[in-house]
Amino acid sequence: MRFIDFACIHMIWRRDIIRYFRERSQVYGSISRPVLWLFIFGMGLRGYGRVGDVNYTQFIFPGIIAMTSIFTSIQSAISIIWDREFGFLKEILVAPVPRTSIVIGKGLAGTTLSLIQGAIILLLAPLVHVRLPLANIVPLVLVMALLSFALTGIGIVIAARMTSFQGFGTIMNFLIMPMWFMSGALFPVERLPWWLSTLVRVNPLTYGVDLIRRLVLGFGYYPALLDIGFLAGFCCLTTALAVFFFNRGEY
Amino acid sequence: MTPDPQLRSVGVAGTIPAIEVDGLVKEFKGFRAVDGISFRVQPGEVFGFLGPNGAGKTTTVRMLCTLTRPSAGSARVIGHDTVREHFAVRRSVGIIFQDPSLDDRLTAEENLRFHAMIYKVPRREVRDRIGQALSWMQLEDRARDLVRNFSGGMKRRLEIARGLLHAPRVLFLDEPTLGLDPQTRSRIWQRLLALRQEQEVTLFLTTHYMDEAENCDRIAIIDHGRIAALDTPRNLKAQVRGDRVRLSTADDAAALVEVRSRFSVEPVRDTDGLVLEVADGAGFVPKVVRELSVPVRSVSVHPPTLDDVFLKLTGHEIRDSGASEHERLRTRVRRMGRAGR
Repeated sequence: MRFIDFACIHMIWRRDIIRYFRERSQVYGSISRPVLWLFIFGMGLRGYGRVGDVNYTQFIFPGIIAMTSIFTSIQSAISIIWDREFGFLKEILVAPVPRTSIVIGKGLAGTTLSLIQGAIILLLAPLVHVRLPLANIVPLVLVMALLSFALTGIGIVIAARMTSFQGFGTIMNFLIMPMWFMSGALFPVERLPWWLSTLVRVNPLTYGVDLIRRLVLGFGYYPALLDIGFLAGFCCLTTALAVFFFNRGEY
Repeated sequence: MTPDPQLRSVGVAGTIPAIEVDGLVKEFKGFRAVDGISFRVQPGEVFGFLGPNGAGKTTTVRMLCTLTRPSAGSARVIGHDTVREHFAVRRSVGIIFQDPSLDDRLTAEENLRFHAMIYKVPRREVRDRIGQALSWMQLEDRARDLVRNFSGGMKRRLEIARGLLHAPRVLFLDEPTLGLDPQTRSRIWQRLLALRQEQEVTLFLTTHYMDEAENCDRIAIIDHGRIAALDTPRNLKAQVRGDRVRLSTADDAAALVEVRSRFSVEPVRDTDGLVLEVADGAGFVPKVVRELSVPVRSVSVHPPTLDDVFLKLTGHEIRDSGASEHERLRTRVRRMGRAGR
């Protein structure tokens, strides 16, 4: 096939995995953030109410899993900017490989890393007394993978458009953080003011968080099929955009 | 069995030029980085692009290895058009970029292995080829070290090893020894020249070092995006008749007038004194010392070098446009690339 080059996908993926495990501080850093949110923020607000049958720490647990996916996948894709800065991107771009395969390799790498991180957070479930049904593990991994692949796509679009790291903070503050905050990860999406409710509903992440919550805690705010549909559509869209922008750029 | 296209083209390598360029132009928003160049490089040749920074050398290399689209004109590498058949071109060339392009968080071996993967080096051959490439560039004992701990010269050698891993027919080297110390430079050149002895590979390199250009079979002198001359180093030097005599006197202005009238040569004056082109430099020295009324401080005689050729052809020294123009061009081009996206 013209766009699928398995050797290339494998190479891009493997390189990211090797680099991830070689950079220990990155591993610790990406685990410490969710732990802080879960135990400090979650515990801090725990005394101020329950959501349905669960306490606040339990309520945000699925949101923290989603957060791990968001940050890990975006960060993984953003490494393209580093590769451009340090020259390695040229080595890949001048090789006889389709750029679409590079995008797919990056997407799979981001997904894998995000699943590894997510799995570590899942191991914390007993600490907040969340009992995850074993039968839900496989669907949960699939949902997390879909969400991560979609988000890596966003990261690739950002990396293809941004030529330096100067804009990175802006992207984080104006795109990634708001998306996470408005996904229902930290609060129930009922009884919100109309404007916030609208923002939550148009945010594709909302449906990912909802689906994860359904699988982890057993309840959600939207029908599962709607969640799956939105998530799948979102994933197709960001992948298409990533392929488009990455193919278009001249480096 | 279907014939391997690679093998087929090897069979006719003698007839197809390694590189064929016709009227190649690259424009960046009205600024012509490459301004209509044409040339041919024969298989097995060591061909050099010599010119100051910002002359259009890197842009040419980028077009030849399909990273940049030409604005006009065409280029073929091993008979493949660089625009229409860019995959075929990429498969048959190796590139050593001017700026580093290694992953320094990986080991030398990993860098090579990943290269072998994306260039489809047959799996059984990968290990042998990596070993060969590393020993070729005398890096075999550093195979498992992270590249970030390598010196500049070692990184360069590793890049050359990587560029050769998939047995390319043409190896592009963009300023291969830029910023390296003389010892490392000569070591790299020793390896490159040995390479062309033992393997059938065409080398296309750009440089602004004159001594490096001397290693080439043929040189194209490029300035402001145009080829000013193209010939063997020997023939180019033959264009400068006789020797260059550098003269320093107590009063250079007076000496200039006197030399002009007495010896009917046109001296060039610079900050260090006068430079004259004369047929017999050694015989000229006693005459000029004896006959000038201005006291002579020093005289030296030089056989012609490529520096002189460059000066004669372009009217300026290769280095006087220096790093500043280079930087200006690069930032300019980068900014344009960004704006265009």
